[in-house]
Amino acid sequence: MDKRIACHCCDLLHEVRPLPPGGVALCARCGAILYRYKRNPLDRTLALALTGLILFIVANSFPFLAIEKAGLTRQMTLATGIFELYREEVYLVAALVGLTTVLLPLVELCALLYVFAPLRLGRRPRLLAPVWRVMARVRAWSMMEVFMLGILVSLVKLASMATIVPGVAVYAFGALIIVLTAAFAAIDPHLVWEALENR
Amino acid sequence: MSPTAKEAGLAACHVCNRLIPVSELAATGHRCPRCGASVHLRKSDSLARCWALVLAATIFYFPANLLPMTHTGFLGKVQSDTIMSGVLYFFASGSWPIALVIFIASVFVPLLKLLVLAYLLISVQRRSHWRPAERTRLYRMTEIIGRWSMVDIYVVTILVALVKLGALANIEAGPAAPYFALVVVLTMFAAMAFDPRLIWDRMGDEGN
Ligand SMILES: [Zn+2]
Ligand SMILES: [Zn+2]
Repeated sequence: MDKRIACHCCDLLHEVRPLPPGGVALCARCGAILYRYKRNPLDRTLALALTGLILFIVANSFPFLAIEKAGLTRQMTLATGIFELYREEVYLVAALVGLTTVLLPLVELCALLYVFAPLRLGRRPRLLAPVWRVMARVRAWSMMEVFMLGILVSLVKLASMATIVPGVAVYAFGALIIVLTAAFAAIDPHLVWEALENR
Repeated sequence: MSPTAKEAGLAACHVCNRLIPVSELAATGHRCPRCGASVHLRKSDSLARCWALVLAATIFYFPANLLPMTHTGFLGKVQSDTIMSGVLYFFASGSWPIALVIFIASVFVPLLKLLVLAYLLISVQRRSHWRPAERTRLYRMTEIIGRWSMVDIYVVTILVALVKLGALANIEAGPAAPYFALVVVLTMFAAMAFDPRLIWDRMGDEGN
């Protein structure tokens, strides 16, 4: 295997060297991150992805937020917003919200499990190459953390109008953001590349 | 200093980082032998695609900001709000942190992103030698902050889902919402289309 890596920001070639715990390799010319030290990557990625899947199910099946005003109450789940936008015929926005907050995070979780469960058992998943390529593309469009900021802004916006009660799903959603970010941070891509090389 | 991959006659796979000799690219149909991703020495038509996306996003930026984002019915009155009128309302009512969040995410960031990308495109086309490391960092910044502009789309989604209390209070999405979504998506695609390695290529053209 080639022991060199090209910086994706400026193309400078670097020798890949083992890092000390916690170490990060930076590009000598432009400062971009080349690769990081990973501790116990397979176990950690897999455990976090499994936790993420459970949190995803909770976040999507339980009440998300509820509004109370003059004796009236209305509850929403994550899907309610997408459904209401669809009903108001704002299809583009409904599709974008559905993709970025529900569908693509689910794709990421499934892809993580599909790739790392077999690797952990010392096997190579059959569709490793295409699934890994999809994962690389999807990451930029999974925006749960931005949605979380949207929730905070909405809470302040509505504070003067009505009472907002957060549901179980909001906490699961918040935890899912942290867990999914940690799962991606735990990945050691070199292990995947090695598995791809040995076919 | 060590050479770049291009100078060494190598193309890097953007998915798995494998280095492939440029002379072998045609034989493999521009596919990475390790992961199957399509491999090019540089992103193809980077400048033209990036310009097209920047211009399209600039056009949609106007309806996104001028048209109403939401229609609010509250106790019998209907009020239409643009992004800016929302910002001004929160500023006037004293919740300036929230006004600042909406202003930065929805007005400032998309505009900044368009200006930065246009600047980077022009600087590459003029073969600028000025501070390549800073320009690369500027590019990385636009790549990271772009997604946060989606926040207003999500706020509309949550408001529309929650505030459906019949005659008492009712919020519906306004015509600006799809334009705004397009601005965010197009600027994200534009940032992805730009190849920061071009900043450095042009440096080498006339010798360092
Ligand atoms: Zn670099
Ligand atoms: Zn590859």
